[in-house]
Amino acid sequence: MSTSVNARSAGYFEHAADIGIIGRGLSVEAAFEGAACAMFAIMAEPGRVAGETITANIEFIEDDVEFALVQWLNALLAAAREQRGVFTEFHLTRDGSRWRGAAHGARWNADDELGTEVKGATLTALAVQPTAEGWEARCVVDV
Amino acid sequence: MDMTRLERIDDFCWRVKRPDTTRAEARLYGDRALVAAMDDKVLEQIGNVAQLPGLVGPAMAMPDAHWGYGFPIGGVAAFDPDQGGIISAGGVGFDISCGIRCLHTTLTLDDLLPKSEKLADSLFRDIPAGVGVEGSLQLGDDDLDDIMTEGAQWAVRQGYGDGAELEFVEEHGRIKGAVPDDVSKTAKKRQRGEMGTLGSGNHYLEVQVVEKVFDRAAADAFGVREGQIVVSIHCGSRGLGHQIGTEYLVSLAKAAGRLGITLPDRELACAPINSPEGQQYLGAMNAAINVALANRQILAHLARRTITHFFPQARLDTLFDVSHNTCKVENHEFERKKRWLYVHRKGATRAFGPGNPAIPLKYREVGQPVIIGGSMGTGSYILAGTKESETRAFSSASHGAGRQMSRHAALKLWHGRTLIDELRANGILIRTRSMRGAAEEAPGAYKDVDAVAAATEGAGLAKRVAFLRPKVCVKG
Repeated sequence: MSTSVNARSAGYFEHAADIGIIGRGLSVEAAFEGAACAMFAIMAEPGRVAGETITANIEFIEDDVEFALVQWLNALLAAAREQRGVFTEFHLTRDGSRWRGAAHGARWNADDELGTEVKGATLTALAVQPTAEGWEARCVVDV
Repeated sequence: MDMTRLERIDDFCWRVKRPDTTRAEARLYGDRALVAAMDDKVLEQIGNVAQLPGLVGPAMAMPDAHWGYGFPIGGVAAFDPDQGGIISAGGVGFDISCGIRCLHTTLTLDDLLPKSEKLADSLFRDIPAGVGVEGSLQLGDDDLDDIMTEGAQWAVRQGYGDGAELEFVEEHGRIKGAVPDDVSKTAKKRQRGEMGTLGSGNHYLEVQVVEKVFDRAAADAFGVREGQIVVSIHCGSRGLGHQIGTEYLVSLAKAAGRLGITLPDRELACAPINSPEGQQYLGAMNAAINVALANRQILAHLARRTITHFFPQARLDTLFDVSHNTCKVENHEFERKKRWLYVHRKGATRAFGPGNPAIPLKYREVGQPVIIGGSMGTGSYILAGTKESETRAFSSASHGAGRQMSRHAALKLWHGRTLIDELRANGILIRTRSMRGAAEEAPGAYKDVDAVAAATEGAGLAKRVAFLRPKVCVKG
């Protein structure tokens, strides 16, 4: 199952200069998908970018689940930048330290309403924690 | 800010109280009101910086400081490689060598006003700005390798501007020590279409009027006078710098334990300067500095081309180009001894005082131009570095107004369209493709730039030369 933006899976927290993002889900992977939704929603309102479809496959190895969140988000940002678009749907699986994900979205059109560019995911306020409902993944992204 | 945690040194300098066991010192610059308004996180972050190995002198926060990641924004710290000093990716930030290029012109406000609407439209069309917006250049890896080693000199070679103006760019437009091989393929891919782009967030191109001159001698040296139009461009190393920042932040954070460094905050990811890891980051960071210098050179040329279309007789010459997210090797006197130090400035501007040989000859008697970029609705300052700043802050000064409110909070308070209409009524034309971005950048989300500039002068970090009022602003 993939995750697209909704209030239950994605949220934000305060940071003076940048923006704190939160992903929530029943599993760590789902929480990561939610965090990706929150991050890309800063750059474009979901559903408002309707250019040519783009996809990306992300794969990396990481033992530390918190560093894995940062790697996931930064790999998505690099792929989106390379394809000149934004992603809105995410799917991530994990096999031990091996993470495999996919993202789908759309290329920018010249007249799209833009949001704010995210430069990268930082290690500030970085946490991946169990909650009463499942898992929560959060960090500050630099904008 | 909990002021009981600070000791007053003077009206503009505050020392963070520390346990007897801690040798390292952290200082905050600013008047009482500015410091009191800072987030406690600034204190926590600058205190963490003070614990890093090989620190020389105090870790410092400039008057515009606010909560960042790792270092506070406005953080300055110098490290000695011969004392185990470190270089920190978190001390430079993701937007490596973000900075401001300022051009002075032969135009006056009277020249500008009749054409300002059309000029704003043309600049908005000609200056690629905003998330996902690419420039006209599509570059291959060989071109990018050249840019990473040649910086703004590459841009001049391609016809973007004049080589003579590089005298007024830090490092003459090209920093040594860049190693393209230390930059990943992903970083290079991210940059292919991004040369000559402004980016987003707090980046801008502004057409400003010199509203007030504070220091006539320095203003004369800088070629600035009241009523004159100047152009300021705020941007950095774009996707390449962002990718270098993200990659090294994680790799250095993971390597810290192996390198014998205990990090008080993972975001302070660093390595000893004299380690292979430290040298590798340095090579990549210098490559990004050159990319930023080339980017601003291209954007300055694009702005000049558009403006001279409207004003064919006008001259637009570079006043100065200075970065505010860097780590640079500089020779400073500390405890009566000259030492080569790695000075981190994250959201802080280099501010060499009079006589420093790195300053263009034309400015050497008055000090290096320092630019404090304010919000789109208030204004910016040109200052000059002071001798005193050398001993106060390794020749560093504020870089901007500094945020006083989160972007999230700003979005709740302001609406982009309304804000743009209000600014227009006040004679400031905004052009942007992001109403969200405009609201996040609302003038009220920033500290009082007048107070920041006055405190920068009061602290002896730089002296005010001129105040610039925005008239046209292209926002990323």
